[in-house]
Amino acid sequence: MALVRIPGPLRTLSQGDSTVELKASDLRQAIEELDSRYPGFKDRLLDPSGNLRQFVNVYLNDEDVRFSGGLDAKLDPKDEVSIIPAVAGG
Amino acid sequence: MTRVIGMRCRECATDYAVQPTHVCEMCFGPLDVVYDYDAIKSAISREKIAAGPPSMWRYRDLLPLEDGVPIVTLGEGFTPLVHAERLGAELGLSRLYLKNDTMNPTNSFKDRVVSVAISWARAHGFETIGCASTGNLANAVAAYSARAGLESFVFIPADLEPAKISSTSVFGPNLIAVRGNYDQVNRLCSQLVESYPWAFCNINVRPFYAEGSKTLDFETAEQLGWQVPDEVIIPIASGCQFVKHHRAWGELLDLGLAEGDHRPALTGAQALGCAPVYNAWREGTDQVMPVKPDTIAKSIAIGNPSDGTYVIRMARETGGVVEAVSEQEIVDSIKLLARTEGIFTETAGGVTIGVLAKLARAGRWKGDETIVAYVTGHGLKTADAVAEPDGTAHRFEIDPTLKSFREVVEV
Repeated sequence: MALVRIPGPLRTLSQGDSTVELKASDLRQAIEELDSRYPGFKDRLLDPSGNLRQFVNVYLNDEDVRFSGGLDAKLDPKDEVSIIPAVAGG
Repeated sequence: MTRVIGMRCRECATDYAVQPTHVCEMCFGPLDVVYDYDAIKSAISREKIAAGPPSMWRYRDLLPLEDGVPIVTLGEGFTPLVHAERLGAELGLSRLYLKNDTMNPTNSFKDRVVSVAISWARAHGFETIGCASTGNLANAVAAYSARAGLESFVFIPADLEPAKISSTSVFGPNLIAVRGNYDQVNRLCSQLVESYPWAFCNINVRPFYAEGSKTLDFETAEQLGWQVPDEVIIPIASGCQFVKHHRAWGELLDLGLAEGDHRPALTGAQALGCAPVYNAWREGTDQVMPVKPDTIAKSIAIGNPSDGTYVIRMARETGGVVEAVSEQEIVDSIKLLARTEGIFTETAGGVTIGVLAKLARAGRWKGDETIVAYVTGHGLKTADAVAEPDGTAHRFEIDPTLKSFREVVEV
């Protein structure tokens, strides 16, 4: 089961859970699965046309999923998915 | 006077109380400080500013620190605005000005934002300061934490320029060199911020931190006699400061401090080796796709710029552009600036001057417009960038005799 790390801003929806294990075999399914467990999750992550919201960064292991297939990225049982808000730099 | 009345999501306008957080719970959009502009308008004036300290704190009425809150300062800001006549002559610009922010206490514009961030953090009970940095922020956070007597954790990519590492470690921070690029360092820090009660300058206290960038514009306006320039050239990393420059010019006009009815054109500068915002601009979209940075301009090498979309919208709205330059143009521009104006800038400044030169040579301006370039960091931070391949500078080596001198120099 893939492990998903939930960031602080979404933990009000996840009843405080910071990690969750999912059966999903790709990222799109994972978001559906999260939404069925924690209703409202999908709206926070996807825009109305079903794409990742602009300020949501999703990492599959160490890679930004925008580099590795986006929502179609496949999940293996040992994978770790991190959802991280965009941050500023310097 | 209470000037800060809350925080608001830039995307969905959800309101929040003032707190150390940077992200909207609803849409992950960035949060901005909300001011009571009526109160500020009745308090601020050109005369009051002129009577203020010779630092960026003369604009305190437009910064998120209430009156009476002690600030952490090393005299940052109020840096020279130089009329660049010799560089201007080379580029065909008679009213070219350089905002020389290499003159800050740790030699980059980051002192402005860090002074605000650490002042805010200390006033709100934080005892430890953190940051993810490409170098300049590391210098500033380490120095200002020392000044404030606070502990600091500074996270940098392990391959950072040696000069930036030693000039940070001297202040005694906990310096953590992460085997990864800046975006990976930043990602680690955004996970750490949820586990440690620290103020990360560019993460959980970013809404306050970022406000410090506005003082560059306030000073530029005041130093131009409260005139608004035609165009400002700004380096883009995350885009955070670009957005705040847009805000600052709006505040100057709305409060009647600067004369004019519109902002300057705001133009963004990137290195081609890390140009996600320029790529999107060129393609005519405001959807910025991340890239993997590969450039000597490490201080602005952010592959996943949080505010990139806003940069594109604001450049377009103000009549500016986003342009990018090659590694060779960066080096040539550092040398051009040094040779013509006596100002030595780091690679990020080479990007800014490179874009200025590229646009000037492409005929963007008639020649009499007032153009301001923000030169944001000192050249000693990246001195290796202008060294010859063998590590030396161009020089004549002679024996200590008149004969030897006359053999190599013809006067």
